[in-house]
Amino acid sequence: MSEPLTESLAAVTPTDGVAPAARRGVWRTLRRRPLFWVAAAVLTVLALVALVPSAFAGWFGHPDPRACDLAASALPPGGGHVLGTDVQGCDVWANVVFGTRASLTVGLLCTALALAVALVVGTLAGYYGGFLDRVVARLTDVFLGFPFLLGAVVVLTSVGTRSAVTVALVLALFSWPTMARLVRGSVRTVRDAPYVEAARAMGLPDRRIIARYVLPNALGPVLAVATTMVGGVIVAESTLTFLGLGLNAPSISWGLQLSSAQSFFQTSPHMLVAPGVVLTITVLAMITLGDVLRDVLDPRGRS
Amino acid sequence: MTRRVTRRLVDLVVVFLGVTLIIYLMVFALPGDPIAALGGDRPLAPNVVAELRERYHLDEPVLQQYLRYLGGLLQGDLGTTFQGQSVADRTALRWPVTITLALTAWGIEVLLGVLLGLVAGLRAGTVSDRLILAGTVVATSIPVFVLAVSAQLWLGVRLSWFPVAGTGEGWPTAYLLPAAVIAVFGLASVARLMRGSVVDTLRTDFVRALRAKGLRERQVVGVHVMRSSAIPVLTFLAIDLGYLLGGTVVVEGVFNLPGVGQLLFQAIRAHEGPTIVGVSTALIIVFLLTNLLVDLLASVLDPRIRHE
Repeated sequence: MSEPLTESLAAVTPTDGVAPAARRGVWRTLRRRPLFWVAAAVLTVLALVALVPSAFAGWFGHPDPRACDLAASALPPGGGHVLGTDVQGCDVWANVVFGTRASLTVGLLCTALALAVALVVGTLAGYYGGFLDRVVARLTDVFLGFPFLLGAVVVLTSVGTRSAVTVALVLALFSWPTMARLVRGSVRTVRDAPYVEAARAMGLPDRRIIARYVLPNALGPVLAVATTMVGGVIVAESTLTFLGLGLNAPSISWGLQLSSAQSFFQTSPHMLVAPGVVLTITVLAMITLGDVLRDVLDPRGRS
Repeated sequence: MTRRVTRRLVDLVVVFLGVTLIIYLMVFALPGDPIAALGGDRPLAPNVVAELRERYHLDEPVLQQYLRYLGGLLQGDLGTTFQGQSVADRTALRWPVTITLALTAWGIEVLLGVLLGLVAGLRAGTVSDRLILAGTVVATSIPVFVLAVSAQLWLGVRLSWFPVAGTGEGWPTAYLLPAAVIAVFGLASVARLMRGSVVDTLRTDFVRALRAKGLRERQVVGVHVMRSSAIPVLTFLAIDLGYLLGGTVVVEGVFNLPGVGQLLFQAIRAHEGPTIVGVSTALIIVFLLTNLLVDLLASVLDPRIRHE
């Protein structure tokens, strides 16, 4: 997210040659990066936690995040509760475990949606150019012309009940333009490559040229940015939830935990530490994976 | 140059119309009734609802409402809150706080970001370079509100190095900590961008020529490398000044600074649609104008853009 568009676009260079060989090369380089394994391991654990939270929540004797005892409000870590309890007397560990799913769902769903729209729009604009390209350029200009967070604030304000899906939809609405621009740039650099011209000369239909030759070679840098974007979306979701615009109370999420803990930060800071640290680690793992992928998928970085 | 300015102004108008229309359409096309929310838990009488709808022009077609709003905007009218105050009046006294905060953050970003990026770029591949790069990745991963609350707790409450909240102690004391918190994210980007830019510039022929003619290294770096590397960084900094304004929402809320961001923060909690739209629009206008200004500034610095 922090990388400027120009630099990301500069990284877009078509790989020539046969796709499977290139893919093998990518894997061989990736395999040797320790950072890739660290990020992948962290993300695997998080994915497991998100899929089967109940397997992890009970490790310290309090498996149910909603089994709260008001008499045990804001207990410091230690004793029966390894990370303490929050104001409502709920176990912080169990809540952090169950909150993983909300963050990952929003991050992945939003990125998948934005990527899907961006792939269609960006490919059409980049491959065919012309009027469509100009319309898309103007449209992305408008969306990229103002801060993402302010737009999301305005739209979410008018949505009454919010679930992980609605939040992901709204965030996708504001994040597809970045991806679309990237796909367009990526497709444009590949469009006039000799092997695409060869495919065209052979009389293949556009659909086949795009699916077989253009997309596979244009996709790499886009996927790297998409990985980084998952991290950015998770931050955006928790920030909006913290402001009071993301997920609502019955849901369990890190953003909500942090939001309610904030009022008591002077007396019980332990309620902030666990969700804050886990949130940061998740985002860090996503961004690191995205960085490693970008390094590897950029052929100039592979030599 | 004149053509460039005109083109940028046309772009600005298009983006502005697009942004306000998108926001307006989405606010009105989605379910949720602000008038019903006014009554709290008790439903309002139908005639009261009708009266309020008419007063706030909610009974007109959306497009007409939008045009009315745009017309008002051009006269400096950002709308009226449900309490009957003008949004422009409510924000007027708050702008100095927000602008001071954003500019302080920006200053931190420029100074530290450029310095760290320069150090990393000049020593590319060394331990200090790697440390700075790793630091920037970690910095971008910490959400602003987590950082804000942690800084408030550790540096404000525990160590008492900075005031915990409010603007009582004036500039710079009261602004340093919140500004630093907002600056962290952009600072990391500036440092990375500057590093890349410096590394690229050091490889160019003109730097080799400068060195070959015996120019002192301090001058090569201080004047020529700095100026040439500054352009992408400057463009980023321009856009980021706008994002800093957006970041003030969270930080002013947490540190209780009476700025525009705090107003938006409170309006969000109170579900005050008109205030949210008004304040957001104001922030977006400031964002667009800043972009225009620095884009033109960049063309003064970079002859390639000027003679395009």
